[in-house]
Amino acid sequence: MAPSAPTDYHPVVLDRPGLQALIDVLVADGRRVIGPTVRDGAVIYEELTQIGELPGGWGEDQGPGHYRLRRRDDDLLFGYAVGPDSWKRFLFPPVSTTWQAEVSRDGVEVAPPSEVPRYAFIGVRACELAAIAVQDRVFVQTSYPDRDYAARREQALFVAVNCSSPATTCFCPSMGSGPRVGSGHDLALTEIPDAAGSRFLVEIGSERGAAIAARLATRDAAPADREAAAAVWSGAAAAISRALPSDGLKNVLVHNLEHPRWDTVAARCLACANCTMVCPTCFCADFREAGSLSPDHAEQHRTWASCFAVDHTQLHGGSMRWTTRSRYRQWLTHKLATWYDQFGTSGCVGCGRCIAWCPVGIDITEEVSAIRATDGLTRLPAGAAP
Amino acid sequence: MVPVPYRVVGRARETADTVTLSLEPVDQPITTPAPGQFNMLYAFGVGEVPISISGIDAGHRVRHTVRAVGAVSQALCAAEAGAMVGVRGPFGTDWGVDSAAGGDVIVIAGGIGLAPLRPVVHELLHNRRQFRRVTVLVGARSPEEIVFRGEVASWQASARITVRTTVDYATAAWKGEVGVVPTLIERVTIDPEVTTVMICGPEVMLRFTAAEVLGRGVAAERVRVSMERNMQCGVGRCGHCQLGPVLVCLNGPVLPWSRVGPLVARREL
Repeated sequence: MAPSAPTDYHPVVLDRPGLQALIDVLVADGRRVIGPTVRDGAVIYEELTQIGELPGGWGEDQGPGHYRLRRRDDDLLFGYAVGPDSWKRFLFPPVSTTWQAEVSRDGVEVAPPSEVPRYAFIGVRACELAAIAVQDRVFVQTSYPDRDYAARREQALFVAVNCSSPATTCFCPSMGSGPRVGSGHDLALTEIPDAAGSRFLVEIGSERGAAIAARLATRDAAPADREAAAAVWSGAAAAISRALPSDGLKNVLVHNLEHPRWDTVAARCLACANCTMVCPTCFCADFREAGSLSPDHAEQHRTWASCFAVDHTQLHGGSMRWTTRSRYRQWLTHKLATWYDQFGTSGCVGCGRCIAWCPVGIDITEEVSAIRATDGLTRLPAGAAP
Repeated sequence: MVPVPYRVVGRARETADTVTLSLEPVDQPITTPAPGQFNMLYAFGVGEVPISISGIDAGHRVRHTVRAVGAVSQALCAAEAGAMVGVRGPFGTDWGVDSAAGGDVIVIAGGIGLAPLRPVVHELLHNRRQFRRVTVLVGARSPEEIVFRGEVASWQASARITVRTTVDYATAAWKGEVGVVPTLIERVTIDPEVTTVMICGPEVMLRFTAAEVLGRGVAAERVRVSMERNMQCGVGRCGHCQLGPVLVCLNGPVLPWSRVGPLVARREL
């Protein structure tokens, strides 16, 4: 991603009532505004209309197999990192209808669903913009574009918010995807703590964003605002210590397909598929007939699928990947290596969700380090514990 | 991409569990397929499965040879003339028959693997003079399990191409060979520099057959196989058909052995 925001527009400053006005403007434009909110002990993304629904004063503690909300000392509205949700839930819904068919005596009418929601996303992180760019390659920049995804994507407006408080699970800098928002946004906000709670430095990333900003009561950013925002950016970058060095990684992985570390991790992995569900780039899906009691109606649904399911590779005769070892290996090597072959990019953006939401705390960065450290090892020494 | 309505206009039983359906578009046809490509066939209300194209006929008619192994393939096999099915496609790579022109071609099929190779044989027969020696090797578990039996016999009888058949389990009436397909290869004259090999069958058969052909000096780039994987979208975004870097539906199903050999050698890739 580009290291800096477009410079054609000058940043402006929005206060908290101005943020509410932004939501009001988006709603008035007929958009469904989706943003972060606290539910069931996590920050998730839901439709909202009031800034009071944002996770004001909430942060989180994250670690391998660990996610807990905690109260912040301040009242920041975007003082968390990322939760289990990602925007793929809206651009690539967990369940959707791919087509409906009406079967009659005269023939069959098949039609794709036509309704596409017009979203505005508020609170999109840099790593999430990167994830959406990855999914664009999977769904749009291909010989068979997914029309539903493309339409949702085209319609959506992106109000990014720069990270101020990364989690210990974050490793976006080493994936080149954050923490600073660089591209893909219409507006990029930086939340600056102040006496009123916070104000926002607003960087404009598109003409669409400029048109929205022009309808809000803003003032030009003063040097003090810029300095305060820069402190947020550098503070976030400095707070991230986890890393997944990606230099030569593809090669390392494809040459270590029989590494004993796959056995070690498979002994811990529950093959529960959590990592693939929370991953903002995982795109696997089942296309299955939806049951219907009506003999003249048929429809196909697409649902999120996971390469951790034994039937993911089911053929007549059985599964192609019957061990957890092979399924974990598929997930990791696809994400970090063969994704390049298929889509010209890494499939990982360093958001750390797979680390936090793994029930046994498997850490993708640790697995990669272990393989790198013993590059070329193909079996355990005799007598060693697996 | 939604299924295009097609009507079943013919249904021929091949074996105890396999039928060939002839399909004609109700209205608009799909793009004319090339030999080796596949369609997603939709049994309305039951589901969709990838099925290779076993016939590319005049008038936008396509044939699909379906073996009843699951709910959808059973529903397709049960479709009578007049029934409607949905067709999405054609998808994937083709055999590239043209690129073999001027040289020898060996077509090797195991069981229902003859289905996507049947249009290849048709093309070879149609443009017979563009190719040198053409050999078709057909294997099946038993004589009753050879698909397109009558047609294979007519290819054999025409003497325009060399056809050899083998079965794992013979019956008293069987006049062909007995044994697995790779054993037929040692009796074929191979001029490796100018020979193109096209193989389709169970994966274990692909491995042993490719090894035999490579052992005779044919370069892995000239050995093409058709791969089978779980495919649910046909367009490279359901993720099920991955074989290492390869999306079999998009980069395959027809792939050179130079690319696919190292991948299938890896267990559970």
